[in-house]
Amino acid sequence: MSKAADAVVHALDRLGRYVLRGVDEFGYAAALLSESLFWLVAGRRRRQPVRLAPIVAQAMEIGIAALPIITMLSGTIGVMLAIQGIYTLRTFGAESRVTLGIALSSVREFSPLITGILVAGRSGSALAARLGTMRINQEIDSLTVMGISPVRFLVAPALVAMVVMLPLLTLWGDIVALFAAGIYVASELESSMSAYWGEVQEILKLNDVMHGLAKSAIFAVLVTIVGVANGANVTGGAEGVGRMTTRSVVHAISAIVITDMIFVFMVTR
Amino acid sequence: MTAAVEVRGLNSHYGARHILKGVDLDVEDGEIMVIMGGSGSGKTTLLNHLLGLLVPTSGTVRILGKDINAIPALELQDLRTRIGVAFQSGALFSSMSVGENIALPLREHTRLDETTIGIVTRLKLEVVALAGFEHLMPAELSGGMIKRAALARAIVMDPRLLFCDEPSAGLDPVVASAIDDLILRLRDAMGMSMVVVTHDLDSAFKIADRICVLDKGEVLALDTVEAIRASPSERIQNLLNRRTEEEEVDPDAYLRRLLGEKAKEDDEGERP
Repeated sequence: MSKAADAVVHALDRLGRYVLRGVDEFGYAAALLSESLFWLVAGRRRRQPVRLAPIVAQAMEIGIAALPIITMLSGTIGVMLAIQGIYTLRTFGAESRVTLGIALSSVREFSPLITGILVAGRSGSALAARLGTMRINQEIDSLTVMGISPVRFLVAPALVAMVVMLPLLTLWGDIVALFAAGIYVASELESSMSAYWGEVQEILKLNDVMHGLAKSAIFAVLVTIVGVANGANVTGGAEGVGRMTTRSVVHAISAIVITDMIFVFMVTR
Repeated sequence: MTAAVEVRGLNSHYGARHILKGVDLDVEDGEIMVIMGGSGSGKTTLLNHLLGLLVPTSGTVRILGKDINAIPALELQDLRTRIGVAFQSGALFSSMSVGENIALPLREHTRLDETTIGIVTRLKLEVVALAGFEHLMPAELSGGMIKRAALARAIVMDPRLLFCDEPSAGLDPVVASAIDDLILRLRDAMGMSMVVVTHDLDSAFKIADRICVLDKGEVLALDTVEAIRASPSERIQNLLNRRTEEEEVDPDAYLRRLLGEKAKEDDEGERP
């Protein structure tokens, strides 16, 4: 066989392996999600209930501990949107219409996206690192041989906590972003805060808020499953944990952005 | 009476490599079986099969009379509450204190109240001479203490069958000997059957009722301590006397290895 043909075969072989590994990983993630849901529904009947205490502990870690940074970033994004909005609309002399853009874009897009990315970086990576370390320390095996399902014990509580906390954080981000933007708009356009709030309430429909919250719930599932799937497949000691943690953040953020686009495409048109 | 462990024709592969080759093994009730062998002999793989962490290519593994690869999940869960495992690294949960680690199986599998759980936990800590250490985190313990805490967690449900992976590896001789005594005491006091994986000869001779010597994935010998000591087999004597094995070198194969080429009939991997 010629060298060129050899190279093509080699490239095809590599591509095939990548695809196979991708499908394998996707299947693993899907199995992980369905097993978590199984334990949430049937855990009690199987004498392995998903307990409230670890859910609350995770919720504190994922949600409450993230409040300061979410508050700061959402506020910043709100002000940024206001500045850009006024700058853009000034070209048409329509800066008084800036509230429309701010309200819709922060509630429907920016707040869920920023919150999702932040939680992926904070908690998704922590989940991957924790599971990865547990795996190389044989702690996962240890749970299994004790007759405790690792998915029920470690994954299901994190999943519930994430699905509850991420939308709540997003809602909080909505409020902070709108409020911060309002302060800037009111001072820049020399109107009042109450006029701004009135306008926001008129513009925003429940549907817009739900659009953002529904997305953040999907992001919550993505961040958890991507973090766990990467953590559970750690091999190669401490270096492996580091590699899979980085990978989990990159994958989770990519998944969030792509899913966001697909969701918007399906729902908005 | 059913045997505590019954392995028949166990074959196991890791990728294309054939790790365990038709292993047969019985552990009687109340017996301490030591599995010995050098590095790469398949000890850990065999243990993982006994624990149901790996699925064999062929063969059966019966634990306390039940085929662990065939019984329903709920039954397996029940079975697992009746066996204890002390891993080589201890595998204590680093996010929990020693006491919480030991109490975990009780909290998950029983309906005991917290006072009782506390008492049982402290009782087991007494057994392994770690009384008063329940509030420490695993990171604050020494190597020997971690092994003992792992042992305490393994016996907290009063299992009928206990697996120990290298219970004395990496410990100084005094602590290692104390752990051996502890294993003997546990068997005598609680009547447990035990499977101990070790490559420590002194420890093996001290605690074993019978010894199973694994070599390159096969059972080289399975007999009482005296019989193993008196064995005429050269391989076993090499192992007992810590002699290195002079393997016959095939010059062609050696050259191929040096050149980084794959041996032709290489699906066995480690065979010369």
